[in-house]
Amino acid sequence: MENPAPADQANSWSRPNPRLLTLRRGEVGAGAGALLLIGVGLSFTNMVVGACLAVAALLVAGVGLTYVGRRFRSWGYLERVEDLLVHRGVMFERLSVVPYGRMQTVEVTAGPLERSLGLATVQLHTASAASDARIPGLDRATAADLRDRLVGRGEATAEGL
Amino acid sequence: MNTGPAEDPAAAPGMAASPTGGSTPAWDSWHRLHPLSPVVQAGRRILPLVVVLAVPFLSQGSSTKSQSLVDAGLVGLAVVAGAAEWLVTRWRIEAGVLRIDTGLVRRRTTKLPLSRVQSIDLVRPGTARLLGLAEVRVRSGGSREGDVRLAYLAAERAEHLRDGLLALVRGSHTSSPMSENPIARASTSRLLISTPLRGAILWPILAAAALLVFGRHLTHGGGAVAMATLVLLAVGTGAARILSSQYGFEVARTQDGLLIRGGAVGTFTETLALHRIQALRVVEPLLWRPFGWAKLVADMAGGQRRRDEDRSASGRIRTLVPVATRTEVLRVAESIVGPAAREAGTAPPTRARLKAPLSYPLLRAGLADGYAVSVVGRVRRLTTIIPLAKVQSVRWVQGPVQRRLGLATVHLDAAGGRSTGAALRDRSSEEARELLGRLPSLCATARRSTPAGPAPLP
Repeated sequence: MENPAPADQANSWSRPNPRLLTLRRGEVGAGAGALLLIGVGLSFTNMVVGACLAVAALLVAGVGLTYVGRRFRSWGYLERVEDLLVHRGVMFERLSVVPYGRMQTVEVTAGPLERSLGLATVQLHTASAASDARIPGLDRATAADLRDRLVGRGEATAEGL
Repeated sequence: MNTGPAEDPAAAPGMAASPTGGSTPAWDSWHRLHPLSPVVQAGRRILPLVVVLAVPFLSQGSSTKSQSLVDAGLVGLAVVAGAAEWLVTRWRIEAGVLRIDTGLVRRRTTKLPLSRVQSIDLVRPGTARLLGLAEVRVRSGGSREGDVRLAYLAAERAEHLRDGLLALVRGSHTSSPMSENPIARASTSRLLISTPLRGAILWPILAAAALLVFGRHLTHGGGAVAMATLVLLAVGTGAARILSSQYGFEVARTQDGLLIRGGAVGTFTETLALHRIQALRVVEPLLWRPFGWAKLVADMAGGQRRRDEDRSASGRIRTLVPVATRTEVLRVAESIVGPAAREAGTAPPTRARLKAPLSYPLLRAGLADGYAVSVVGRVRRLTTIIPLAKVQSVRWVQGPVQRRLGLATVHLDAAGGRSTGAALRDRSSEEARELLGRLPSLCATARRSTPAGPAPLP
């Protein structure tokens, strides 16, 4: 993947925890598994539909796992001196640059599944609803550290509107 | 109808000469609204009530005695409620904070720090003008709850207050006369022609016309005619509202920012703080383009729009020029964002035509000294001018088709909703990468060289 970020400050992009990949794979697996189960159940009454569902389940699993893997590898963030870069996306590749001075809130969330794997999502909000800086799948300690660092830098360079 | 420039020379000496001490220090004691304000308020409240009550009255010819008693009681109740509200409402300026207390049963206190003022408006609906009253509306950034409305004050007093508030916002305690520097004025004839050409007005009219023409051939033609009449009525009131609010529209530069005036029946005078403007947009609807007309609106920093308000009333988006030629509009934009806000944009590479065949002819984007310009649109041309100092974040996006063609889009996000901000669409990959590399530091420099907030208090 080509990376449009300016190569400076000894780029060392941080990446989400691999457990995020496990989580996403699990989600795809659960979806495909459910489809397969329904297919098996139906195959007792209608063989053709059942077989179709089973094939669909395999397809979902195959495509989903590939996509999830590529998507996971696309995530990355880089803390620079004045701003945070967040990179994501496979089909639509996106790179956001959010200056620390523009940060209004930093939000750390963790859904039940994320919590069970000890993960959390860090999201930056600016005054613009279009700003897009979300980093999922961080180790909870990493997320807390990142949050504190961001808040500290935000306070140091706060610029408001 | 011209309440225009004449009022301001009067306001300045008024400060010193005012016998009651209309100068700023006097604002820190408690004040009431004008005693006639319940009348204006009640007029707005009672009129719908009267209409509702009159319908059964007219349809039955005459009503029973008890019925008319009930009706009179309802109207009386509205009057009493208005008077009570007037009695319990008071306001003052305490240490740089405009405070208003109101509410009979539930007391409510609103405090607006003057350092956060975004605009100060003088609004005079028709009835208020008849009685010589005006409403002072102070808007802050942030939520709508932070807005303060003083309805109504005597017109002259309202102007004093406005000038006093502006002085406090500037950080001085003496209000100086407003030095006005007119930059644009809407021509009435252009307004008259352009209003029916707005999509929101034209399409319903065409639909109604179609109903009238084809409805006659239907078996229940009467319904179609009635519906067309209703549509035309609604469109007519809408057009009348636009016309009356944009009649006599003029914009001027003052030391406090922009002064906007206008209105036919009801008038308004708005004072916008320049540093609160997040982005400027030049909008050219399809049917205006043959005439070369455009309108200029400003995205202001501030809270979200409420559902029940139109956009201009919420203060999020302010019309600066309702209709003018594109060059005139760009000249106004130039006087706001800085010198030479000409279209600095260049067209994207020709291969972008494959990705955006409809909008390609209009697409432009570019950077200039201190701001970015982008032009997008398929039928309606939308030019966005965003000062780099106001950019909240920069986004680089590349879709699958763009990747194939070696294109990318760079978004400059401004405070507010998703649609504010500029999109430098379908630039070549190299240019987009170069922009992404340069923009963050350019924006940072711009932020530092322009004060973000209001001028610091001396």
